[in-house]
Amino acid sequence: MTTPSLGRAAGPSLQQRRQKAAFWFLAPMLIALFCVAAWPLLRTIWFSFTDATLSNLYDAKWIGFDNYLQVRTLSSGRTVLRGTLVDPAWWNAVWNTVRFSLVSVAFETVFGLIVALVMNAQFRGRALVRAAILIPWAIPTIVSAKMWGWMLNDQFGIINDILLNLGIISQKIAWTANIETAMTAVLIVDIWKTTPFMALLILAGLQMVPRDIYEAARIDGVHPVKVFFRVTLPLIKPALMVAVIFRILDALRIFDLVYVLTPNSAATKTMSVISRENMIDFDKFAYGAAQSTLLFAIIAVFVSLYIWLGRVDLSGDRS
Amino acid sequence: MQANALLKSIAFYALVAVIVVFSVFPFYYAIVTSFSTGTALFQVNYWPKVFDWSNYQAVLSSRNFPRSILNSVLIAGCTVGFALFLAVTASYALARLRFRGRGLLLLTILAVSMFPQIAVLAGLFELIRFLGIFNTPWALILSYTIFTLPFTVWVLTTFMRDLPVEIEEAAIVDGATPWVIITRVFLPLLWPALVTTGLLAFIGAWNEFLFALTFTSSETMRTVPVAIALLSGASQQEIPWGPIMAASVIVTVPLIGLVLIFQRKIVAGLTAGGVKG
Amino acid sequence: MAKIELKNVTKSYGAVNVIKGIDLEIRKGEFMVFVGPSGCGKSTLLRLVSGLEDITSGDMLFDGERVNSLVPSDRGIAMVFQSYALYPHMKVYDNMAFGMKLAKADKAETDRRVRDAARLLQIDHLLDRLPKQLSGGQRQRVAIGRAIVRDPRVFLFDEPLSNLDAALRVQTRLEIARLHHSMDDTTMIYVTHDQVEAMTLADRIAVLRDGRLEQVGTPAELYENPNSIFVAGFIGSPKMNFLTGDFARDKGCATLGARPEHIELSPDGSGEWQGEVVHAEDLGSDNFLFVDIGADEPVVVRQPGKLAIPYGSRISLQPQAGQLHRFDDQGRPIR
Repeated sequence: MTTPSLGRAAGPSLQQRRQKAAFWFLAPMLIALFCVAAWPLLRTIWFSFTDATLSNLYDAKWIGFDNYLQVRTLSSGRTVLRGTLVDPAWWNAVWNTVRFSLVSVAFETVFGLIVALVMNAQFRGRALVRAAILIPWAIPTIVSAKMWGWMLNDQFGIINDILLNLGIISQKIAWTANIETAMTAVLIVDIWKTTPFMALLILAGLQMVPRDIYEAARIDGVHPVKVFFRVTLPLIKPALMVAVIFRILDALRIFDLVYVLTPNSAATKTMSVISRENMIDFDKFAYGAAQSTLLFAIIAVFVSLYIWLGRVDLSGDRS
Repeated sequence: MQANALLKSIAFYALVAVIVVFSVFPFYYAIVTSFSTGTALFQVNYWPKVFDWSNYQAVLSSRNFPRSILNSVLIAGCTVGFALFLAVTASYALARLRFRGRGLLLLTILAVSMFPQIAVLAGLFELIRFLGIFNTPWALILSYTIFTLPFTVWVLTTFMRDLPVEIEEAAIVDGATPWVIITRVFLPLLWPALVTTGLLAFIGAWNEFLFALTFTSSETMRTVPVAIALLSGASQQEIPWGPIMAASVIVTVPLIGLVLIFQRKIVAGLTAGGVKG
Repeated sequence: MAKIELKNVTKSYGAVNVIKGIDLEIRKGEFMVFVGPSGCGKSTLLRLVSGLEDITSGDMLFDGERVNSLVPSDRGIAMVFQSYALYPHMKVYDNMAFGMKLAKADKAETDRRVRDAARLLQIDHLLDRLPKQLSGGQRQRVAIGRAIVRDPRVFLFDEPLSNLDAALRVQTRLEIARLHHSMDDTTMIYVTHDQVEAMTLADRIAVLRDGRLEQVGTPAELYENPNSIFVAGFIGSPKMNFLTGDFARDKGCATLGARPEHIELSPDGSGEWQGEVVHAEDLGSDNFLFVDIGADEPVVVRQPGKLAIPYGSRISLQPQAGQLHRFDDQGRPIR
């Protein structure tokens, strides 16, 4: 293992030079990522343990876990619990976020599978379908929110018009304002906007399935539905799982669609929305920081899961 | 048997039609609305009846909306340029150079790209105030780096890995340093990947809302999504649907155009960022 | 132009030892071929000489100068890769001139060298093309041309023919041999798994097996006096016949080796071995007979010219005296 240093020609070897280059090539990116990701994250977590407000960021006092949970015994002997962890508004937001994530991803997966299967077939006008499904993906979320907000408008919206004409509803519905339908409205828009992404990821998985497997199944006379569940689905499962987790992570942090489509609706307010509201609008900066720290913790668990599954997938590819 | 096949084919094309109509209709309807004014706006029209450009005129001649478009172009452009510049060298190192902790670093970058933006909002807010760039384009260029940089690094690394090793070794034998390999050998081969990655990052930055909403305060500093979200009419009660739809169409048409022109490359880029992970 | 010395060179990737201590001297102007089965470490050894990989321990000297940690471009080497490795976005001319451009060489001198090399390889009419507009054989010539322009002390070839089809392979082999003659003071090292390439091109052959040198010598030496069963079996085509059991015991060895061309037919039936023809291949110029003489495998016999021996006939075989190879139970030759 020892390379005698005597009489060594000139300077470091190729591999040593390349390692040095690697350091200099990575340094700017790492510094940038530290500044915009690691440091702000640490500060957010730090703020969550203080009483900082928007106007008073620097003189904040350390108050420990009080933003999360504070147990105070009043002089009357009664104990009072305060903090995010006993805040019904927070738990409502958690519930909204989880419900939104699970339902939207479930629908997107099913619809995405259907669209991907259609696009995997050979037929005329396939390019047209691909172009069409890219449109919802390309439209900015805010624009989709506004477009659908208009279509779902209670008085002049086209959705109510269609449903009335078809006789599905008997009177106009205030989709976005109504407590019962606000979540449905958000779900419809999100599913519309994100199914294309899901479909493209699944399609990439489908295209890796060798065609001769289908040929063989057809020659053997296996029913197409059976082929799908016995052959196709197991083969694309790794790609599907990665796509689903990818989407869940995205759904858990949803902010813009909810903020614009159903402003101030308790029925849709998500974790991101309520954190920002406390931080910026209500001047409870530290309280909002605590809530965003909790959201980060939840997502960190999912990221670990994703990476773990991603590894399983990678080793599966190699074998 | 033949009737059966015909039926199947009809059902299939019906499904295709549903997918296409469902995808395209909302945008189509936004266009129809954007050409309607006055009472025509408040009747449900499935087909365009009038072509009235006054909504577009109103939006484009307003004081702030053209400014917002300019802001968005500037910010998204700078963000992408910055991210690509840092990502090209970094992804070369991650794809081609052997060093300890490379796998861990890649996983960290992947993890950062899935960060909830809200988790850094408080810390970034402080940093931006500290740097004195609150309510300037720099605040957004800085903060957008958090999602454009990991994404571009990740996608470019997967593309860079696919370049043949022997070409790089031939360049080494020819006396090329890593910097020369990147600039004179790899970059000319990678430009399709750069276009794809840059375009995807541009779309991400163009569409961003949370930071843009939080780190700007004056109307002249708004980006397009914030401007559209906060577009208000003459009175508080009246939502100006016509101008909103016109503004939406204005900012979406170029995007859709780009996406359709580069659709093959975009699909490749998306799947490189997602599935291969 | 360079004498290359390897002194107890090893290479390991983590705990895996790929090269396990190699001592080798490559003479000035020599055409040395590294040959061996896949995974024997021959390509790694070439990459150690090139400097693309660092040696783990030991010493490497070019003309007595230690180059252990010298980068490839400072070693005065040029390399021809298996996949040609041309820069796809550069024209042929720029591909060949790239190294000199990076070295900031004089423009006129660069131009002269590129055109000379192109003329030598008869690719001067292709200088304005892109690699994708060339055929496989042309690309290989450009790759060789790029190496010539560098005017190297040592010329390295990493399986340069394996991507060519059979006909082109023979032709390019000839050209590489010619190139060696025209640049007879340039040392060349050539890696291949094909023993025919090794035998036809080499001044000397180094047979590698499992990270060690099995034998080094001229093609004739390896053919006539193989140092082990492994070398005996690797060099020569068709492969040497190996006989064990009673066949070997009769000759006082553990394994008896007889090359197909060293076994003769005895039409009068007086041969040492008797057997039945189980398969015959007529190549026109040669006949290969597969004869079951009761050994584990049929014995292959090579006979020139036309033969009309029907399948299933019983024939008698006589190994040529003095051409048998005897090996002990360690696989070493008994002389």
